[in-house]
Amino acid sequence: MTVAQPAADPHLIQLLTPEGERLHHPDYDVDLTDEEYRSLYRDLVLVRRIDVEATALQRQGELGIWAALLGQEAAQVGSGRALRPQDFAFPTYREHGVAWCRDVDPLKLLGLFRGATNGDWDPEETRFALYTIVIGSQTLHATGYAMGVTKDGAVGSGDVLKDEAVIAYFGDGASSQGDVNEAFVWASVYNAPIVFFCQNNQWGISTPAATQSRIPLYKRAEGFGFPGVRVDGNDVLATYAVTRQALDSARTGQGPTLIEAFTYRMGAHTTSDDPTRYRLSSELEAWKLKDPLERMKAFLFKQQVADASFIEAVEGEADALASRIRKGCLEMPDPSPMVMFDQVYEEMTPLLRTQAEEFATYHAGFAQGGAH
Amino acid sequence: MVQLTMAKALNEGLRAAMERDPKVILMGEDIGKLGGVFRVTDGLQKDFGEDRVFDTPLAESGIVGTAIGLAMRGYRPVCEIQFDGFVFPAYDQIVSQLAKMHARSRGRVKMPIVIRIPFGGGIGAVEHHSESPEAYFAHTAGLKVMACSNPIDAHFMIQQAIASNDPVIFLEPKRRYWEKADVDPTAMPDPLEQARVVRSGTDVTLIAYGPMVKTCLDAAAAAEEDGRSLEVVDLRSLSPLDFQTVFESVRRTRRAVVVHEASSFVGLGAEISARLSEELYYEMEAPVLRVTGYDAPYPPSRVEEEFLPDLDRVLHIVDKSLEY
Repeated sequence: MTVAQPAADPHLIQLLTPEGERLHHPDYDVDLTDEEYRSLYRDLVLVRRIDVEATALQRQGELGIWAALLGQEAAQVGSGRALRPQDFAFPTYREHGVAWCRDVDPLKLLGLFRGATNGDWDPEETRFALYTIVIGSQTLHATGYAMGVTKDGAVGSGDVLKDEAVIAYFGDGASSQGDVNEAFVWASVYNAPIVFFCQNNQWGISTPAATQSRIPLYKRAEGFGFPGVRVDGNDVLATYAVTRQALDSARTGQGPTLIEAFTYRMGAHTTSDDPTRYRLSSELEAWKLKDPLERMKAFLFKQQVADASFIEAVEGEADALASRIRKGCLEMPDPSPMVMFDQVYEEMTPLLRTQAEEFATYHAGFAQGGAH
Repeated sequence: MVQLTMAKALNEGLRAAMERDPKVILMGEDIGKLGGVFRVTDGLQKDFGEDRVFDTPLAESGIVGTAIGLAMRGYRPVCEIQFDGFVFPAYDQIVSQLAKMHARSRGRVKMPIVIRIPFGGGIGAVEHHSESPEAYFAHTAGLKVMACSNPIDAHFMIQQAIASNDPVIFLEPKRRYWEKADVDPTAMPDPLEQARVVRSGTDVTLIAYGPMVKTCLDAAAAAEEDGRSLEVVDLRSLSPLDFQTVFESVRRTRRAVVVHEASSFVGLGAEISARLSEELYYEMEAPVLRVTGYDAPYPPSRVEEEFLPDLDRVLHIVDKSLEY
């Protein structure tokens, strides 16, 4: 390991330079096994591959829309792997990498963007809430959940394998939402065991982060009464280290932390967006040099933790995964229209029952070639 | 049997629900030491502790948003919104999150949350303290909307709402908080989602809920002196709405007048009128008529009595119905 040049932003926590050099930080570090380093790289590759395949499926008309995570793999894998099994995560709609870390089948994500479901994974079983589309709403749900963790006495026992913590994902755009600011207030005054994980990917569709804030986002935490840190979101090791520490701080009863993962949305906001209308390609080129996968690969080679055959094996696994989700997407059945009426309430109301029956009769008429 | 105001009947209902289930928690602005601005939670923090009855920061979206998270954690939050006009900062969380969570999760995530809202006018308050927002919520699939009209219902309906696994908007007619009735806490209540004929009559059915039930009962008593027999239906549940009870009543009287404080346009009265015309088109003697607040912002309180339906306006429209 070498002591490399400090990062350009002295407040940016970085453990891995874009060239794959390991740095040391006085407050944050990781000491993983070779297997764990390789595993993080594998996650990054597979998560990117899910994303690329989903984008392709959208282009081919198989998904209605896709919100790509391209460029944000390290922020999501680093924070996702920092979660302990008992922790609960509240995502936006772009947390495909965190979903991966919570063992949510990527096909469930595709089902949502295909329009077959609203997610359809089990939040309790995966400890990963359903995607939330309205910007920032989930930060309050996460805060409430964390308040419940405290009420249950599931913090502060000193056993990190048992005490629970919560993580709320959001972005630079959401930082302007009232709900996010209310979540900061509530988490602070109730000392809730929560980590606010902001992926500052620099763009809220076409709106630059500068339109959301005049100060670095992590500095907002101080005004609410809890610590804020900025981490290199393209550095999976730093993201892992910072998030693990913030989660463990929360679970020991020390309250919330805001993490600003400084990263970049390499793709469009969604497949419906055209970023060439509002940002320079030179910006994209500059961020390409900070790619989260390349630096981890360089690190693995430098440390002799992995060789070409490992990289090749991971690529093979990614190909197989892409093939599986493509097949699964193409074979995914449309839901029965009758699901519209189900689960609106715990028990179907008389009004819904009437409408469901009328619809079923009407619908059956088509199948029988009846006149309408 | 004990004589209680509606506020106290609610208080006793909350107490009973909390004693029954340790997961029931109360949250809202000024509900702890103060007991709420209407004293509905008076003494509950003292008896159940700050963990179960707690004051929140002054942010309604925060109240409902964190209640959703608490419900995901297994709690049954009862949120107090201080006044009807202050529910709108929470509107997004209620409509986009709370109402849809059960369907979104295919029934995996239950939302046993009650949002208590003192509603309606008649207390001489300033702007935003006399609103009737029920139609916004009744229009939203996934929510249940209840309105109590008297201390006995208040006492039982709040307990039933808390026991429900669906989210309930619970509307309390604030001008009736101080009305009294004898409450028997051991009595067996009607099902929560059932309307009730609170006065039998033969000539016209008055359909009301919340604060207007008493107004209609007073109107019916006055009409009796003029030889007119008015039936009064207290809807109690606005969503789902017990149309069977409404249909049965109007099938008998063949005339219906809907009475609510909320504005008429696209209000509950419009929905009830539409359903009655679909169901009883050939049986009614008159179109369904409405007595409502006007389609204007709630006025300054010195003129609110002119805005709100009262006994005379109800009887005026009853006369009109009988002219057909």
